[in-house]
Amino acid sequence: MKNLKWFVLAAVCILFAVSWFAKASGGDGVDNSVLDAFLVTLAAFLTLAIMSFLYQDNPYYKFAEHLFVGVSAAYWMCLGFWSTVVGNLFPRISEGLSNFFLVPYQPGPLNFFFAIPIILGILLLMRLSPKGGWLSRWPLAFIVGTTAGLNFVRYLRSDFVKQISSTFVPLVVDWQGFGHFFSNISLTAGGPLVMMLTNLVIFIGVFCGIVYFFFSKEHTGVFGKASRVGIWILMITFGASFGYTVMGRISLLVGRLTFLFTDWLGIIG
Amino acid sequence: MRYVLRCVLVAALLICGTAYAQTEDMVEDTVMTAMAPAPATNVNAFDTDNDHGHSVTVTWDLSVDDGGGTGAVTGYEIHRWSPAEMVTLDSLRGLLSAVEAELPNVADSSAEANLRRDSLRLRYAALIATSVAVGDDLDTEMKARRAAVKEAFLAALDGLPAAHARYPENGNWQLLGKVAAGVSTYSDAGGKEPTASSFIPDYCGFHYKVHALTADETVYGETAPFGPVECYGQWFNTGRVPVLLAVLIFGALTIIFVSIARRGADLYVRPLAGIEAVDDAIGRATEMGRPILYVLGLGTAADVATIASFTILGRVAKRVAEYQTALIVPTYEPIVMTVAQEVVKSSYLDAGRPDDYKDDTVFFVTQSQFAYVAAVNGIMLRELPATCVYMGKFFAESLLLAETGALAGSIQIAGTDEIAQIPFFIVACDYTLIGEELYAASAYLGREPILLGSLKAQDYAKAAVVVFALAGLLASYASWGHVFTDLFKVTN
Repeated sequence: MKNLKWFVLAAVCILFAVSWFAKASGGDGVDNSVLDAFLVTLAAFLTLAIMSFLYQDNPYYKFAEHLFVGVSAAYWMCLGFWSTVVGNLFPRISEGLSNFFLVPYQPGPLNFFFAIPIILGILLLMRLSPKGGWLSRWPLAFIVGTTAGLNFVRYLRSDFVKQISSTFVPLVVDWQGFGHFFSNISLTAGGPLVMMLTNLVIFIGVFCGIVYFFFSKEHTGVFGKASRVGIWILMITFGASFGYTVMGRISLLVGRLTFLFTDWLGIIG
Repeated sequence: MRYVLRCVLVAALLICGTAYAQTEDMVEDTVMTAMAPAPATNVNAFDTDNDHGHSVTVTWDLSVDDGGGTGAVTGYEIHRWSPAEMVTLDSLRGLLSAVEAELPNVADSSAEANLRRDSLRLRYAALIATSVAVGDDLDTEMKARRAAVKEAFLAALDGLPAAHARYPENGNWQLLGKVAAGVSTYSDAGGKEPTASSFIPDYCGFHYKVHALTADETVYGETAPFGPVECYGQWFNTGRVPVLLAVLIFGALTIIFVSIARRGADLYVRPLAGIEAVDDAIGRATEMGRPILYVLGLGTAADVATIASFTILGRVAKRVAEYQTALIVPTYEPIVMTVAQEVVKSSYLDAGRPDDYKDDTVFFVTQSQFAYVAAVNGIMLRELPATCVYMGKFFAESLLLAETGALAGSIQIAGTDEIAQIPFFIVACDYTLIGEELYAASAYLGREPILLGSLKAQDYAKAAVVVFALAGLLASYASWGHVFTDLFKVTN
């Protein structure tokens, strides 16, 4: 078993070298530099290493996982520092620091508001101090409290007031008697039949959906039945959403397969 | 033969002459028929309501030749009178931006950089009378130029109201935009930052006029100028009064129910299967001697779903501390990690086992979505947790996590308010908290008066939605229905 591992590792290394050489020598009809050939081969290797997870956990997956996690964590840390601290803060507070980091200084009167994020940021780092750890709770409370407060109004506006007004739909549309209705019946989107059915689904869907999410009363009797209709409507919605999202995921798979078969192997022109 | 040829030549000349004369007549006729259409009437301009300023709305009555696109009028052009100082301001803005961009590059002595600086000096000399000391020190020179340009820019900005008040001296009409036939309103909205090219100053007397266009754009009907009109910001957005009322009513309900809960009233919350299963799942993990994996999702510490998840994590951590089971909490966000560490630490303290708490129970992985998933999936297959709990905000990673958890043979309990991800959890997990059930779960578990009170207030708000929906349904049949429905109309 141990020999098998070494054998597989050797095979992978040989395949990697062959692929690199083939790409660099223009074997696939494309003139690549040595570095480009290495990068394409490495990307293909990492793609296959991640996909090997479908078989089971293995050293190649572990390698790709750790590389991915390490690189991305470092990348996000650098991005945060350069875009927030260097990009936004230094140009506003110090000409010397701006010149040091080669970012355009934005002169202006000293704005003490910039001191607030600096202080909060330092307090957040106090977590690393054994004695001053409690200070890090202040910026946390500030972040959670302000954002929750701002979101409260936003959600109440979009998810509550606007939702109520969207439910104001007439159940009977363009009604001119049964005779007229049945003689002019059609399945066109703007027709009265479809409009009435649409409005009915909206109204019943909202009504029963809200009943399902009513937590102050036990779901029994008529209330329980309405709640049951509500969960059915939710499940139908989720089913449609599932299918829609799965199609999106397949396009991601197609993207990776296109990379493997076009950029790496050059099979697809 | 020669006679015949002469006759043919004369006839041809006559025909050509006649045709030419007819063409001239037709051109004259065309000019005569392409008369200017009737202009738009009643042009009005006013400050756009309920905004931060920097916007004027222009309205007019359609030209009688409009006909909603069927008449001679094909559309309308809106013009604003602009003093010469606006052009100067634009030039100064461009120069300021160029000087600032040049400052970090003063060390660059390439020919290209020198050319760029020479061009800047020329632009500077053309716009600003104040000269600056040009020595060998490029840095000092560029800083002096920047200071002078900024000063000139601010002076030009201050002079805009006076420049507009000078109308119609020393300025010209500027085309703002076009609208189609049948449209009788235009929003002249711009940026609020003076450094933005779209900047429209407040408190300047603008003048507007409207052209009713025809297919030939040189032929149009022109209105008399309208003005002056100033734009400015409002302190209060009256379009959001319904939201204010909703906030007040909801706030009042929350305060009432929180105080009721604090007095010790037993507020009923219906059991949630997913939450009832948490205790069983923790017991299973203890019996199997395997850890519990708790994933807080990809939300920030300020997301409502993440905040609700913290409460559930507190409950899980307390049980875990009591049963002395291992807990693994990989996090995506540094601040979420910090809060989660506090929550878990407090739970261990509440359970009377503070010494069992380990700092590496809650750890940061990465802020890259799929790298985080790769790491959590790896943990699942290596640690084989008996129970996986996914509570919070999830995106494309939901199915990847839930499928791997199923592969690892874990009991899985999920909860999210991301509508698009709920289906994936439903198909791959044993229990799923749908949307608001996640928030209710935190109240159900915590039994804290604040959480219970707000949950009750939410329930009453939902009942209000049902009542209002019914009332709106009935109002849609009544002639006065729009009065009721307008109460819920929220503008911008």
